[in-house]
Amino acid sequence: MAGLATVFGSGSMTNSIAEIEDADVALVIGSNTTETHPVISTFVKRATLGKMKLIVADPRKITMTNFAEIWLRQRPGTDVALLNGLLNVIIAEGLQDQAFIDERTENFEELKKTVAGYTPEKVEEITGVPANSLKEAARLYAKAESATILYAMGITQHTSGTDNVKALANLAMATGNVGRPSTGVNPLRGQNNVQGACDMGGLPNVYTGYQSVTDPEIKKKFEAAWGVALSDQVGLTVVEIMNAVDEGKVKGLYIMGENPLVSDPDSNHVEAALKKCGFLVVQDLFMTETAKMADVILPGTSFAEKDGTFTNTERRVSMVRQAVEPVGEARSDLEIINDLASRMGLSWTADTAEKVMEEIAELTPSYAGISFARIEENGLTWPCPDKDHPGTPILHEGKFARGKGLFTALEHREPAEAPSDDYPFTLTTGRILYQYHTGSMSRRCEPLEYMAPRCEVEINPDDAAEIGVNDGDQIMIASRRGEIVAAVNVTDMVPSKVVFIPFHYAEAAANRLTISELDPVAKIPEYKVCAVTLKKVVNAEAGAEEEAKAAAQ
Amino acid sequence: MSTEQTLTINGKKVNFTPGQTILEIARENGIDIPTLCYLDRCKPTGSCRICLVEVKGARALVASCAMPAAPGMEVQTESESVIKARRMVIELLLASGEHNCMTCEANGECTLQDLAYKYQVETVRFARPMEYFPTESNNPLIIRDFSKCVLCGRCVQACNEVQVNLAISFGYRGTRSKIVTKGDVALEDSDCVFCGECVRVCPVGALVEKKARYMGRSWEETKIRTTCTYCGVGCQIYLHIKDGRVLRVSGVDDGLPNQGSLCVKGKFGYEFIQSDQRLTTPLIREGDGFKEATWDEALDMVAKRFLEIKEKDGPDSLAGLTSARVTNEENYLMQKLVRTGFGTNNIDHCARL
Ligand code: SF4
Ligand code: SF4
Ligand code: SF4
Repeated sequence: MAGLATVFGSGSMTNSIAEIEDADVALVIGSNTTETHPVISTFVKRATLGKMKLIVADPRKITMTNFAEIWLRQRPGTDVALLNGLLNVIIAEGLQDQAFIDERTENFEELKKTVAGYTPEKVEEITGVPANSLKEAARLYAKAESATILYAMGITQHTSGTDNVKALANLAMATGNVGRPSTGVNPLRGQNNVQGACDMGGLPNVYTGYQSVTDPEIKKKFEAAWGVALSDQVGLTVVEIMNAVDEGKVKGLYIMGENPLVSDPDSNHVEAALKKCGFLVVQDLFMTETAKMADVILPGTSFAEKDGTFTNTERRVSMVRQAVEPVGEARSDLEIINDLASRMGLSWTADTAEKVMEEIAELTPSYAGISFARIEENGLTWPCPDKDHPGTPILHEGKFARGKGLFTALEHREPAEAPSDDYPFTLTTGRILYQYHTGSMSRRCEPLEYMAPRCEVEINPDDAAEIGVNDGDQIMIASRRGEIVAAVNVTDMVPSKVVFIPFHYAEAAANRLTISELDPVAKIPEYKVCAVTLKKVVNAEAGAEEEAKAAAQ
Repeated sequence: MSTEQTLTINGKKVNFTPGQTILEIARENGIDIPTLCYLDRCKPTGSCRICLVEVKGARALVASCAMPAAPGMEVQTESESVIKARRMVIELLLASGEHNCMTCEANGECTLQDLAYKYQVETVRFARPMEYFPTESNNPLIIRDFSKCVLCGRCVQACNEVQVNLAISFGYRGTRSKIVTKGDVALEDSDCVFCGECVRVCPVGALVEKKARYMGRSWEETKIRTTCTYCGVGCQIYLHIKDGRVLRVSGVDDGLPNQGSLCVKGKFGYEFIQSDQRLTTPLIREGDGFKEATWDEALDMVAKRFLEIKEKDGPDSLAGLTSARVTNEENYLMQKLVRTGFGTNNIDHCARL
């Protein structure tokens, strides 16, 4: 969440989940909340039964739109224009919180100049959102006593992802909706412990708690604690690692609990790269698509077979507890890594999760006050700087983590790949309620698989009529990078000329189509927009074959 | 507080804030009034009549869940007439369905059973209606057994007011009343998203998890509190364990952030844990396939190869991908291994994806 970190000084949810329910207005943008964060969606839906007014901005007619006062249906990839438009109206009508702007932020004048060009009429041209709806939404949001913004991958998975996030921060700061209860800019993180993996330094540029690897003082601290010399060079990101493997620069790769062959963009490229990898170790619960390519596979354990902690999207560190014995000879990742470390000549002493957390707390200011004893019941939200600290549900109270909040003047940029005559449709990918990520867990649960057994591509009724397909027909979706076959779901969920495919299904992997074009700062791939073409699968046999293949997997 | 007023419950003087109901005040003061249809966080409906109490001067017994307190009120929660009325209500509820506890999943954690026990209702004097709506058990998630439904409406409130999924409501009339989806279609064809909230609040055995049926009695299970492994909400859950197997999952009532609520993945997505497709032993590549290996063989090989590559091509020719799925402690150790053992910052995970 590079955008928020730059403008606020911290990249996480600014406020807690419980506070959402008391907001006067919520803006849900780029988040299909009922499917991807179902329990958070209940807080919003409940609130709309009371005083909350909901604004939803999404190209798809997601369930949340049923609860919305205003639905802004922007064209995919035009969020910056949309958000600039909201600010244009707010400033034109004098609805900004000038006191907050003067006291707590900088660079407002720059922002003002840029958004002046985004009149509602111009924004309507770019985004397809009627000027009047834009004005209404701007007024509703700006006039609220407390307004919260909830967003997810629909905002970040674009080449303009960082800009999108900064544009949301602009909106919140201009109206004074940061640093108070039930306000803020709140990224809803997709996987259970994404927040924790980031917090723990599972990133190429930082140690735990976002301490920079290029800061000599920090490096010295970790060298002293770990007893070895450390590199001061920022490492490679996921997509860069795959490219380096492809180029033969990275020869040994250790993958724990990930399935990049299905989760990463442009899977055909990932597959080609992994084939070339000199030595690939995969640690997982199942024989995933990625594990099949490994030289050594190490069986890890699930969350139910080990102790430890997860950090949820609101920065709450909660306990994970062993409930059953590991299957077969499987071992927890903690045990495996510790063992490997000693075989590589390192002498580590923390051999239980509790002791590892003590080590984390010692080296990480934001986790300093966290220990297993303190989170027996309900967990603590970081920053938690000492053993008596109650945790911090609301960030940036009184002052931003970086000092002054930074406004950023942003221009709309078109997505990396625009539809063309050969590829006339815009593909957007995402999650569905009944499956999870690459499906390695959810697809092995009968109840979930029963409800969503196959990959369905959402197609607007007009487009379906034009191509000549009906519900359940097999259709081929092709991009410049690959093609897949999936079943048709004719629905007005998607606007005309846009199709949606969930990425959970290996047999119809949406990421064979997606583009690995990255946001230049956050290095997040543009999963949400690429150009595709659709073709009815006429050969009934081909369809049956595809089905059989799916069933076999 | 200056706004506080007093009333008496069972002769005991207690304070209250205007607007509170008799039930709320009693619970605050440790006085137990039994309830059946009453659901936390929802508007009281007063429909089941179990929470009846006697208020001095009132012409009839009143439903304490819906009755706002007034200063000076004198309330009796277990008077003779209250007990008589409750026994009648319980008897009617028992008579309304097939409450044969022997094979019922709710046995041991059933509000109706507890009430019958407490108020010693042994015989059911009223004739039973013999026809019930057929049990719905076609999906592998939730069984709806209408012969046990007491029409308390808790599931309807849970679905509409707590989860706001708007999938079920009261349908038909009178003795033919039924909890229905829109158009009375099967759950799987309705707006139901299988969050399981209705199952959680059903006070009897009318809503049952199909996978857990006949697998174990509630008192045979151990409950371990942990955190859901799917999305970033981090719901607090109990894993229910019997004989080393995960039988089912429930939400932790006061757990933060979810306050007991779950979604279909957290509630019904546990079978992968002990799936027979799990990897159970280390594997080493052999041609196009793999051969089983011991941990010593596998780990020695991994350590040796990584060190060789590091020696020959330098630390930056190694990389690690850690995981948004594993614990903080494991993530910490993984980046530590890459940074200290490999000697590179080539460590990432799919946070961005
Ligand atoms: S199904 Fe259960 S919760 Fe719903 S009305 Fe019947 S008894 Fe009450
Ligand atoms: S499972 Fe959830 S959505 Fe379905 S009827 Fe029950 S409460 Fe409603
Ligand atoms: S129960 Fe559902 S909403 Fe809660 S953490 Fe699990 S997947 Fe997320």
